[in-house]
Amino acid sequence: MSPYGLNVQHLSFGYGAGPVLKDVSFAIERGRFCALLGPNGAGKTSLFSLLTRLVTTPTGRIEIAGNDLRVSPRRALATMGIVFQQMTLDLDLSVRRNLSYYAALRGLSGRESDHRIEAALERLDLTEKSSVRARELNGGHRRRTEIARALLHDPEILLLDEPTVGLDPASRAAITRHVHALCAEGRLTVLWATHLVDEVRADDDLVFLHRGKVLAHDTASRIAGDRTIEAVFLEMSSAAV
Amino acid sequence: MKAPIIAMQAIIMREVLRFITQRGRFVAALVRPLVWLLVFAAGFRSALGLSIIPPYTTYVTYEVYIVPGLCGMVQLFNGMQSSLSLVYDREMGSMQLLLTSPLPRWWLLLSKLVAGTAVSILQVYTFLGIAAALGILMPLWGYVMVLPVLFLTGLMLGALGLALSSTIRQLENFAGVMNFVIFPAFFLSSALYPLWKMAESSTLLFWICAINPFTHAVEAIRFALHGEANLTALAWTLLALVLFLGLALLGYDPARALSRRRSAGG
Repeated sequence: MSPYGLNVQHLSFGYGAGPVLKDVSFAIERGRFCALLGPNGAGKTSLFSLLTRLVTTPTGRIEIAGNDLRVSPRRALATMGIVFQQMTLDLDLSVRRNLSYYAALRGLSGRESDHRIEAALERLDLTEKSSVRARELNGGHRRRTEIARALLHDPEILLLDEPTVGLDPASRAAITRHVHALCAEGRLTVLWATHLVDEVRADDDLVFLHRGKVLAHDTASRIAGDRTIEAVFLEMSSAAV
Repeated sequence: MKAPIIAMQAIIMREVLRFITQRGRFVAALVRPLVWLLVFAAGFRSALGLSIIPPYTTYVTYEVYIVPGLCGMVQLFNGMQSSLSLVYDREMGSMQLLLTSPLPRWWLLLSKLVAGTAVSILQVYTFLGIAAALGILMPLWGYVMVLPVLFLTGLMLGALGLALSSTIRQLENFAGVMNFVIFPAFFLSSALYPLWKMAESSTLLFWICAINPFTHAVEAIRFALHGEANLTALAWTLLALVLFLGLALLGYDPARALSRRRSAGG
Protein backbone atom coordinates (compact mmCIF):
# COMPACT_ATOMS: atom_id res chain seq x y z
CA MET A 1 0.00 0.00 0.00
CA SER A 2 1.29 3.42 -0.93
CA PRO A 3 2.31 5.42 2.14
CA TYR A 4 0.88 8.52 0.52
CA GLY A 5 -2.70 9.77 0.56
CA LEU A 6 -1.77 12.07 -2.28
CA ASN A 7 1.26 12.05 -4.50
CA VAL A 8 1.70 14.68 -7.20
CA GLN A 9 4.73 14.50 -9.47
CA HIS A 10 5.92 16.95 -12.13
CA LEU A 11 2.52 18.38 -12.88
CA SER A 12 2.37 21.19 -15.41
CA PHE A 13 -0.76 22.79 -16.77
CA GLY A 14 -1.99 25.84 -18.65
CA TYR A 15 -5.23 27.14 -20.15
CA GLY A 16 -3.55 28.47 -23.27
CA ALA A 17 -2.55 31.94 -22.15
CA GLY A 18 0.51 30.57 -20.39
CA PRO A 19 1.35 28.01 -17.76
CA VAL A 20 -0.72 28.05 -14.59
CA LEU A 21 1.17 25.24 -12.89
CA LYS A 22 4.87 24.61 -13.44
CA ASP A 23 6.36 21.25 -12.54
CA VAL A 24 4.42 20.89 -9.30
CA SER A 25 5.52 17.99 -7.09
CA PHE A 26 4.61 17.12 -3.52
CA ALA A 27 3.37 14.16 -1.52
CA ILE A 28 1.22 13.91 1.60
CA GLU A 29 1.51 10.93 3.91
CA ARG A 30 -1.70 9.16 4.81
CA GLY A 31 -3.53 10.66 7.76
CA ARG A 32 -1.83 14.06 7.52
CA PHE A 33 -3.44 17.48 7.28
CA CYS A 34 -1.73 19.43 4.52
CA ALA A 35 -2.41 23.10 3.92
CA LEU A 36 -1.96 24.28 0.35
CA LEU A 37 -1.14 27.89 0.96
CA GLY A 38 -0.89 30.47 -1.76
CA PRO A 39 -2.11 33.95 -2.65
CA ASN A 40 -5.00 34.40 -5.07
CA GLY A 41 -3.97 33.38 -8.55
CA ALA A 42 -1.28 30.98 -7.30
CA GLY A 43 -2.89 28.06 -9.17
CA LYS A 44 -4.64 26.37 -6.24
CA THR A 45 -8.01 26.02 -7.97
CA SER A 46 -6.35 24.75 -11.14
CA LEU A 47 -4.52 22.17 -9.08
CA PHE A 48 -7.84 21.14 -7.53
CA SER A 49 -9.43 20.80 -10.95
CA LEU A 50 -6.61 18.46 -11.95
CA LEU A 51 -6.80 16.46 -8.72
CA THR A 52 -10.56 15.99 -9.15
CA ARG A 53 -10.17 15.26 -12.88
CA LEU A 54 -12.39 18.12 -13.97
CA VAL A 55 -9.48 18.95 -16.25
CA THR A 56 -6.61 16.80 -17.38
CA THR A 57 -3.05 17.42 -18.44
CA PRO A 58 -0.67 15.18 -20.35
CA THR A 59 2.30 16.09 -18.17
CA GLY A 60 2.95 14.75 -14.71
CA ARG A 61 1.31 12.17 -12.53
CA ILE A 62 -1.30 12.22 -9.76
CA GLU A 63 -1.75 9.34 -7.37
CA ILE A 64 -4.70 9.32 -4.99
CA ALA A 65 -4.47 6.77 -2.16
CA GLY A 66 -2.26 4.66 -4.38
CA ASN A 67 -4.45 4.94 -7.48
CA ASP A 68 -3.04 6.62 -10.57
CA LEU A 69 -5.66 9.16 -11.63
CA ARG A 70 -4.89 8.64 -15.31
CA VAL A 71 -4.83 4.84 -15.24
CA SER A 72 -7.77 4.19 -12.92
CA PRO A 73 -9.68 7.46 -12.59
CA ARG A 74 -12.86 5.95 -11.21
CA ARG A 75 -11.09 4.05 -8.47
CA ALA A 76 -9.18 7.22 -7.58
CA LEU A 77 -12.37 9.32 -7.51
CA ALA A 78 -14.07 6.72 -5.31
CA THR A 79 -11.48 7.31 -2.58
CA MET A 80 -11.91 11.07 -2.68
CA GLY A 81 -14.21 13.46 -0.84
CA ILE A 82 -14.34 16.94 -2.33
CA VAL A 83 -15.49 20.32 -1.08
CA PHE A 84 -15.39 22.78 -3.95
CA GLN A 85 -14.70 26.46 -3.57
CA GLN A 86 -18.03 27.24 -5.18
CA MET A 87 -21.01 26.09 -3.15
CA THR A 88 -22.53 22.99 -4.73
CA LEU A 89 -25.60 22.41 -2.57
CA ASP A 90 -29.04 22.32 -4.10
CA LEU A 91 -30.56 25.23 -2.20
CA ASP A 92 -34.15 24.12 -2.70
CA LEU A 93 -33.53 20.71 -1.18
CA SER A 94 -33.19 19.86 2.50
CA VAL A 95 -29.84 18.99 4.05
CA ARG A 96 -30.83 15.33 4.13
CA ARG A 97 -31.93 15.29 0.49
CA ASN A 98 -28.71 16.93 -0.58
CA LEU A 99 -26.83 14.20 1.21
CA SER A 100 -28.94 11.37 -0.17
CA TYR A 101 -28.52 12.69 -3.73
CA TYR A 102 -24.75 12.62 -3.28
CA ALA A 103 -24.92 9.16 -1.69
CA ALA A 104 -26.81 7.91 -4.75
CA LEU A 105 -24.18 9.38 -7.07
CA ARG A 106 -21.74 7.22 -5.16
CA GLY A 107 -23.97 4.17 -5.57
CA LEU A 108 -25.32 4.16 -2.00
CA SER A 109 -29.01 3.72 -1.32
CA GLY A 110 -31.55 2.37 1.16
CA ARG A 111 -30.60 1.59 4.71
CA GLU A 112 -26.88 1.91 4.15
CA SER A 113 -27.30 5.39 2.74
CA ASP A 114 -29.59 6.41 5.64
CA HIS A 115 -27.18 5.02 8.18
CA ARG A 116 -24.22 6.88 6.68
CA ILE A 117 -26.21 10.12 6.42
CA GLU A 118 -27.12 9.90 10.12
CA ALA A 119 -23.49 9.29 11.03
CA ALA A 120 -22.22 12.14 8.84
CA LEU A 121 -24.81 14.57 10.22
CA GLU A 122 -23.87 13.63 13.75
CA ARG A 123 -20.18 13.91 13.05
CA LEU A 124 -20.61 17.48 11.83
CA ASP A 125 -23.21 18.48 14.46
CA LEU A 126 -25.93 18.88 11.87
CA THR A 127 -28.55 16.39 13.04
CA GLU A 128 -31.03 19.07 14.06
CA LYS A 129 -30.65 20.81 10.70
CA SER A 130 -31.32 17.69 8.65
CA SER A 131 -34.75 18.71 7.38
CA VAL A 132 -33.92 22.39 6.89
CA ARG A 133 -33.71 23.60 3.31
CA ALA A 134 -30.14 24.48 2.33
CA ARG A 135 -31.28 27.98 1.38
CA GLU A 136 -32.18 28.68 5.02
CA LEU A 137 -28.77 27.69 6.37
CA ASN A 138 -26.06 30.24 7.15
CA GLY A 139 -22.74 30.08 5.32
CA GLY A 140 -21.03 28.08 8.06
CA HIS A 141 -23.73 25.43 8.16
CA ARG A 142 -23.79 25.18 4.37
CA ARG A 143 -20.08 24.47 4.39
CA ARG A 144 -20.47 21.95 7.17
CA THR A 145 -23.19 20.22 5.16
CA GLU A 146 -20.81 20.02 2.22
CA ILE A 147 -18.11 18.53 4.41
CA ALA A 148 -20.59 16.02 5.86
CA ARG A 149 -21.58 15.14 2.31
CA ALA A 150 -17.98 14.73 1.19
CA LEU A 151 -17.42 12.22 4.02
CA LEU A 152 -20.50 10.08 3.31
CA HIS A 153 -18.69 7.38 1.35
CA ASP A 154 -15.86 7.20 3.87
CA PRO A 155 -13.14 8.62 1.62
CA GLU A 156 -9.44 8.19 2.25
CA ILE A 157 -8.64 11.72 1.22
CA LEU A 158 -10.60 14.92 1.67
CA LEU A 159 -9.89 17.83 -0.67
CA LEU A 160 -11.17 21.28 0.28
CA ASP A 161 -10.71 24.29 -1.97
CA GLU A 162 -10.76 27.45 0.14
CA PRO A 163 -13.67 26.14 2.19
CA THR A 164 -13.83 29.16 4.49
CA VAL A 165 -14.16 31.86 1.82
CA GLY A 166 -16.98 34.25 2.68
CA LEU A 167 -17.50 32.95 6.21
CA ASP A 168 -17.44 35.02 9.37
CA PRO A 169 -14.42 34.52 11.71
CA ALA A 170 -16.31 32.29 14.16
CA SER A 171 -17.59 29.91 11.43
CA ARG A 172 -14.16 29.96 9.83
CA ALA A 173 -12.48 28.92 13.05
CA ALA A 174 -15.12 26.26 13.72
CA ILE A 175 -14.77 24.67 10.26
CA THR A 176 -10.97 24.72 10.46
CA ARG A 177 -11.15 23.10 13.90
CA HIS A 178 -13.65 20.48 12.71
CA VAL A 179 -11.53 19.34 9.80
CA HIS A 180 -8.36 19.21 11.89
CA ALA A 181 -10.27 17.06 14.37
CA LEU A 182 -11.52 14.75 11.59
CA CYS A 183 -7.95 14.31 10.42
CA ALA A 184 -6.71 13.60 13.93
CA GLU A 185 -9.41 10.93 14.36
CA GLY A 186 -7.88 8.44 12.01
CA ARG A 187 -6.54 7.74 8.60
CA LEU A 188 -8.16 10.59 6.67
CA THR A 189 -5.70 12.61 4.59
CA VAL A 190 -6.67 16.25 4.10
CA LEU A 191 -5.58 18.76 1.48
CA TRP A 192 -6.84 22.18 2.50
CA ALA A 193 -6.30 25.03 0.05
CA THR A 194 -6.30 28.48 1.54
CA HIS A 195 -4.75 31.91 1.33
CA LEU A 196 -5.41 32.56 5.02
CA VAL A 197 -2.37 31.90 7.16
CA ASP A 198 -4.26 31.62 10.44
CA GLU A 199 -5.89 28.39 9.24
CA VAL A 200 -2.53 26.62 9.24
CA ARG A 201 -1.27 24.98 12.44
CA ALA A 202 2.35 24.51 13.31
CA ASP A 203 2.31 20.72 12.96
CA ASP A 204 0.39 20.71 9.66
CA ASP A 205 2.14 19.86 6.44
CA LEU A 206 2.43 22.93 4.29
CA VAL A 207 2.79 23.28 0.54
CA PHE A 208 3.48 26.83 -0.44
CA LEU A 209 2.32 27.55 -3.98
CA HIS A 210 3.11 30.80 -5.74
CA ARG A 211 2.62 31.63 -9.41
CA GLY A 212 2.17 27.97 -10.22
CA LYS A 213 5.33 26.76 -8.48
CA VAL A 214 5.89 24.95 -5.21
CA LEU A 215 8.22 27.22 -3.25
CA ALA A 216 8.28 25.16 -0.06
CA HIS A 217 6.98 21.82 1.20
CA ASP A 218 7.51 20.69 4.78
CA THR A 219 5.73 20.96 8.11
CA ALA A 220 4.56 24.50 8.78
CA SER A 221 6.81 24.86 11.83
CA ARG A 222 9.92 23.81 9.92
CA ILE A 223 9.13 26.17 7.05
CA ALA A 224 8.56 29.02 9.49
CA GLY A 225 11.67 28.31 11.58
CA ASP A 226 11.96 30.96 14.25
CA ARG A 227 9.62 33.32 12.41
CA THR A 228 5.83 33.26 12.03
CA ILE A 229 4.19 31.50 9.09
CA GLU A 230 2.66 34.83 8.18
CA ALA A 231 6.05 36.51 7.89
CA VAL A 232 7.33 33.71 5.67
CA PHE A 233 4.15 33.82 3.58
CA LEU A 234 4.46 37.55 3.02
CA GLU A 235 8.10 37.28 2.11
CA MET A 236 7.54 34.42 -0.33
CA SER A 237 4.48 36.07 -1.87
CA SER A 238 6.34 39.26 -2.59
CA ALA A 239 9.42 37.54 -3.98
CA ALA A 240 9.72 37.38 -7.75
CA VAL A 241 9.57 33.89 -9.21
CA MET B 1 -29.36 -2.47 -6.85
CA LYS B 2 -26.40 -1.56 -9.01
CA ALA B 3 -24.66 1.77 -8.47
CA PRO B 4 -25.32 3.15 -11.99
CA ILE B 5 -29.07 2.56 -11.66
CA ILE B 6 -29.16 4.16 -8.21
CA ALA B 7 -27.33 7.19 -9.59
CA MET B 8 -29.60 7.50 -12.64
CA GLN B 9 -32.71 7.30 -10.47
CA ALA B 10 -31.37 9.99 -8.17
CA ILE B 11 -30.48 12.27 -11.08
CA ILE B 12 -33.97 11.90 -12.55
CA MET B 13 -35.66 12.44 -9.18
CA ARG B 14 -33.60 15.54 -8.52
CA GLU B 15 -34.38 17.02 -11.91
CA VAL B 16 -38.11 16.36 -11.57
CA LEU B 17 -38.19 17.70 -8.01
CA ARG B 18 -36.36 20.83 -9.05
CA PHE B 19 -38.71 21.37 -11.93
CA ILE B 20 -41.79 20.99 -9.78
CA THR B 21 -40.48 23.31 -7.08
CA GLN B 22 -39.38 25.97 -9.57
CA ARG B 23 -42.85 27.25 -10.39
CA GLY B 24 -41.59 30.03 -12.61
CA ARG B 25 -39.93 27.56 -14.94
CA PHE B 26 -43.03 25.39 -15.01
CA VAL B 27 -45.29 28.30 -15.87
CA ALA B 28 -42.91 29.59 -18.56
CA ALA B 29 -42.74 26.15 -20.13
CA LEU B 30 -46.54 26.08 -20.38
CA VAL B 31 -47.23 29.69 -21.33
CA ARG B 32 -45.10 29.46 -24.47
CA PRO B 33 -47.07 26.73 -26.26
CA LEU B 34 -50.36 28.00 -24.89
CA VAL B 35 -49.80 31.42 -26.42
CA TRP B 36 -49.19 29.73 -29.77
CA LEU B 37 -52.22 27.57 -29.33
CA LEU B 38 -54.63 30.24 -28.17
CA VAL B 39 -53.38 33.34 -29.97
CA PHE B 40 -51.41 32.31 -33.02
CA ALA B 41 -53.70 29.43 -33.97
CA ALA B 42 -56.79 31.59 -33.50
CA GLY B 43 -55.39 34.17 -35.90
CA PHE B 44 -54.14 31.66 -38.40
CA ARG B 45 -56.97 29.19 -38.61
CA SER B 46 -58.78 31.21 -41.25
CA ALA B 47 -55.65 32.11 -43.20
CA LEU B 48 -54.48 28.54 -43.55
CA GLY B 49 -56.57 25.94 -45.31
CA LEU B 50 -55.67 22.38 -44.41
CA SER B 51 -56.41 19.44 -46.60
CA ILE B 52 -56.94 15.95 -45.25
CA ILE B 53 -53.53 14.36 -44.88
CA PRO B 54 -52.50 11.36 -42.78
CA PRO B 55 -52.92 10.70 -39.92
CA TYR B 56 -56.08 12.79 -40.14
CA THR B 57 -59.08 11.12 -41.67
CA THR B 58 -61.27 14.17 -41.61
CA TYR B 59 -60.84 17.93 -41.66
CA VAL B 60 -59.22 19.12 -38.44
CA THR B 61 -59.10 22.59 -37.00
CA TYR B 62 -55.79 24.40 -37.06
CA GLU B 63 -55.57 24.10 -33.27
CA VAL B 64 -55.65 20.33 -33.55
CA TYR B 65 -53.04 20.47 -36.29
CA ILE B 66 -50.47 22.44 -34.33
CA VAL B 67 -50.75 20.57 -31.01
CA PRO B 68 -48.07 17.97 -31.97
CA GLY B 69 -45.77 20.74 -33.18
CA LEU B 70 -46.20 22.54 -29.88
CA CYS B 71 -45.45 19.33 -27.97
CA GLY B 72 -42.24 19.18 -30.00
CA MET B 73 -41.56 22.82 -29.21
CA VAL B 74 -41.91 22.18 -25.48
CA GLN B 75 -39.35 19.39 -25.77
CA LEU B 76 -37.07 21.43 -28.01
CA PHE B 77 -36.95 24.29 -25.50
CA ASN B 78 -36.49 21.93 -22.60
CA GLY B 79 -33.77 19.98 -24.39
CA MET B 80 -31.80 23.13 -25.12
CA GLN B 81 -32.30 24.54 -21.65
CA SER B 82 -31.31 21.45 -19.73
CA SER B 83 -28.36 20.58 -21.93
CA LEU B 84 -26.95 24.06 -22.02
CA SER B 85 -27.42 24.52 -18.31
CA LEU B 86 -25.09 21.55 -17.85
CA VAL B 87 -22.19 23.58 -19.04
CA TYR B 88 -22.94 27.10 -17.96
CA ASP B 89 -22.87 28.89 -14.68
CA ARG B 90 -26.23 28.03 -13.26
CA GLU B 91 -25.34 24.39 -12.99
CA MET B 92 -21.60 24.60 -12.56
CA GLY B 93 -21.72 23.37 -9.00
CA SER B 94 -23.97 20.42 -9.59
CA MET B 95 -22.00 19.55 -12.71
CA GLN B 96 -18.78 19.42 -10.71
CA LEU B 97 -20.50 17.16 -8.23
CA LEU B 98 -21.74 14.92 -11.01
CA LEU B 99 -18.45 14.65 -12.86
CA THR B 100 -16.48 13.73 -9.76
CA SER B 101 -18.74 10.75 -9.12
CA PRO B 102 -16.84 7.51 -9.76
CA LEU B 103 -19.21 6.39 -12.52
CA PRO B 104 -18.47 6.49 -16.25
CA ARG B 105 -19.00 9.98 -17.65
CA TRP B 106 -21.11 8.75 -20.55
CA TRP B 107 -23.49 7.17 -18.08
CA LEU B 108 -23.73 10.35 -16.03
CA LEU B 109 -24.45 12.41 -19.14
CA LEU B 110 -27.00 9.89 -20.34
CA SER B 111 -28.68 10.03 -16.94
CA LYS B 112 -28.88 13.81 -17.22
CA LEU B 113 -30.40 13.39 -20.66
CA VAL B 114 -33.02 10.93 -19.43
CA ALA B 115 -33.79 13.25 -16.50
CA GLY B 116 -34.30 16.21 -18.85
CA THR B 117 -36.54 14.05 -21.03
CA ALA B 118 -38.63 13.03 -18.03
CA VAL B 119 -39.17 16.71 -17.21
CA SER B 120 -40.11 17.48 -20.81
CA ILE B 121 -42.66 14.65 -20.79
CA LEU B 122 -44.23 16.11 -17.65
CA GLN B 123 -44.44 19.47 -19.42
CA VAL B 124 -45.99 17.97 -22.55
CA TYR B 125 -48.67 16.07 -20.64
CA THR B 126 -49.56 19.17 -18.65
CA PHE B 127 -49.84 21.10 -21.91
CA LEU B 128 -51.98 18.34 -23.45
CA GLY B 129 -54.16 18.38 -20.34
CA ILE B 130 -54.75 22.12 -20.60
CA ALA B 131 -55.41 21.83 -24.33
CA ALA B 132 -57.95 19.07 -23.61
CA ALA B 133 -59.61 21.25 -20.99
CA LEU B 134 -59.93 23.91 -23.67
CA GLY B 135 -61.68 21.41 -25.91
CA ILE B 136 -58.72 20.47 -28.14
CA LEU B 137 -58.91 16.74 -27.74
CA MET B 138 -56.91 13.86 -29.18
CA PRO B 139 -58.13 10.27 -29.41
CA LEU B 140 -57.87 8.68 -25.96
CA TRP B 141 -55.49 5.93 -27.09
CA GLY B 142 -53.24 8.62 -28.54
CA TYR B 143 -52.41 9.95 -25.08
CA VAL B 144 -50.97 6.54 -24.19
CA MET B 145 -49.25 5.85 -27.50
CA VAL B 146 -47.48 9.17 -27.48
CA LEU B 147 -45.57 8.38 -24.27
CA PRO B 148 -42.79 6.18 -25.74
CA VAL B 149 -42.57 8.52 -28.72
CA LEU B 150 -42.12 11.52 -26.43
CA PHE B 151 -39.35 9.63 -24.68
CA LEU B 152 -37.55 9.13 -27.98
CA THR B 153 -38.10 12.67 -29.27
CA GLY B 154 -37.14 14.16 -25.89
CA LEU B 155 -33.88 12.20 -25.86
CA MET B 156 -33.15 13.24 -29.43
CA LEU B 157 -33.71 16.94 -28.76
CA GLY B 158 -31.78 16.79 -25.48
CA ALA B 159 -28.90 15.07 -27.27
CA LEU B 160 -28.98 17.82 -29.88
CA GLY B 161 -28.57 20.38 -27.10
CA LEU B 162 -25.73 18.37 -25.61
CA ALA B 163 -23.97 18.06 -28.95
CA LEU B 164 -24.37 21.78 -29.60
CA SER B 165 -23.18 22.80 -26.17
CA SER B 166 -20.08 20.66 -26.63
CA THR B 167 -19.07 22.03 -29.98
CA ILE B 168 -20.31 25.56 -30.54
CA ARG B 169 -18.86 28.23 -28.32
CA GLN B 170 -21.00 31.00 -29.69
CA LEU B 171 -24.14 29.48 -28.23
CA GLU B 172 -23.23 30.70 -24.81
CA ASN B 173 -26.46 32.47 -24.17
CA PHE B 174 -29.99 31.44 -24.69
CA ALA B 175 -30.79 34.25 -27.15
CA GLY B 176 -28.23 32.79 -29.54
CA VAL B 177 -29.80 29.38 -29.22
CA MET B 178 -33.25 30.86 -29.89
CA ASN B 179 -32.08 32.58 -33.06
CA PHE B 180 -29.88 29.93 -34.53
CA VAL B 181 -31.39 26.66 -33.33
CA ILE B 182 -34.89 26.83 -31.89
CA PHE B 183 -36.52 29.20 -34.39
CA PRO B 184 -35.02 27.62 -37.53
CA ALA B 185 -35.79 24.12 -36.26
CA PHE B 186 -39.35 25.11 -35.42
CA PHE B 187 -40.22 27.18 -38.50
CA LEU B 188 -38.46 24.87 -40.95
CA SER B 189 -40.59 21.94 -39.89
CA SER B 190 -44.10 20.59 -40.17
CA ALA B 191 -44.99 22.02 -36.76
CA LEU B 192 -47.02 24.96 -38.06
CA TYR B 193 -47.88 23.97 -41.63
CA PRO B 194 -47.91 20.72 -43.59
CA LEU B 195 -44.87 20.25 -45.79
CA TRP B 196 -46.87 20.26 -49.01
CA LYS B 197 -47.74 23.87 -48.25
CA MET B 198 -44.05 24.61 -48.01
CA ALA B 199 -43.40 22.77 -51.29
CA GLU B 200 -45.83 25.11 -53.03
CA SER B 201 -43.71 28.08 -51.99
CA SER B 202 -40.19 26.75 -52.37
CA THR B 203 -38.73 23.38 -53.22
CA LEU B 204 -35.51 24.23 -51.41
CA LEU B 205 -37.32 25.12 -48.21
CA PHE B 206 -39.39 21.96 -48.58
CA TRP B 207 -36.25 19.84 -48.69
CA ILE B 208 -34.73 21.61 -45.73
CA CYS B 209 -37.93 20.94 -43.79
CA ALA B 210 -37.94 17.33 -44.96
CA ILE B 211 -34.47 16.59 -43.61
CA ASN B 212 -34.95 18.58 -40.42
CA PRO B 213 -34.97 16.02 -37.58
CA PHE B 214 -37.47 18.20 -35.74
CA THR B 215 -39.99 17.61 -38.56
CA HIS B 216 -39.70 13.89 -37.98
CA ALA B 217 -40.02 14.30 -34.23
CA VAL B 218 -43.21 16.33 -34.75
CA GLU B 219 -44.61 13.82 -37.24
CA ALA B 220 -43.82 10.90 -34.91
CA ILE B 221 -45.71 12.72 -32.15
CA ARG B 222 -48.58 13.65 -34.51
CA PHE B 223 -49.16 10.08 -35.65
CA ALA B 224 -48.82 8.67 -32.13
CA LEU B 225 -51.35 11.18 -30.81
CA HIS B 226 -53.76 9.79 -33.37
CA GLY B 227 -53.05 6.20 -32.43
CA GLU B 228 -50.71 5.42 -35.31
CA ALA B 229 -47.01 4.67 -35.54
CA ASN B 230 -45.19 6.60 -38.25
CA LEU B 231 -42.29 4.22 -38.64
CA THR B 232 -40.38 6.43 -41.07
CA ALA B 233 -40.52 9.41 -38.72
CA LEU B 234 -39.58 7.20 -35.76
CA ALA B 235 -36.65 5.74 -37.68
CA TRP B 236 -35.40 9.22 -38.64
CA THR B 237 -35.76 10.40 -35.06
CA LEU B 238 -33.86 7.38 -33.79
CA LEU B 239 -31.15 7.95 -36.37
CA ALA B 240 -30.87 11.60 -35.33
CA LEU B 241 -30.69 10.53 -31.68
CA VAL B 242 -27.83 8.13 -32.39
CA LEU B 243 -26.03 10.79 -34.43
CA PHE B 244 -26.46 13.60 -31.87
CA LEU B 245 -25.63 11.35 -28.96
CA GLY B 246 -22.53 10.13 -30.74
CA LEU B 247 -21.48 13.70 -31.47
CA ALA B 248 -22.22 14.75 -27.90
CA LEU B 249 -20.22 11.93 -26.35
CA LEU B 250 -17.37 12.34 -28.80
CA GLY B 251 -17.18 16.09 -28.66
CA TYR B 252 -18.35 16.60 -25.12
CA ASP B 253 -15.31 17.39 -23.14
CA PRO B 254 -16.62 18.76 -19.87
CA ALA B 255 -13.11 19.51 -18.83
CA ARG B 256 -12.78 21.98 -21.65
CA ALA B 257 -16.15 23.56 -21.00
CA LEU B 258 -15.51 23.93 -17.32
CA SER B 259 -12.01 25.24 -17.77
CA ARG B 260 -13.30 27.99 -20.06
CA ARG B 261 -15.43 29.18 -17.21
CA ARG B 262 -12.94 28.73 -14.49
CA SER B 263 -12.74 31.68 -12.22
CA ALA B 264 -9.45 33.32 -11.54
CA GLY B 265 -9.50 31.94 -8.01
CA GLY B 266 -6.41 30.78 -6.17
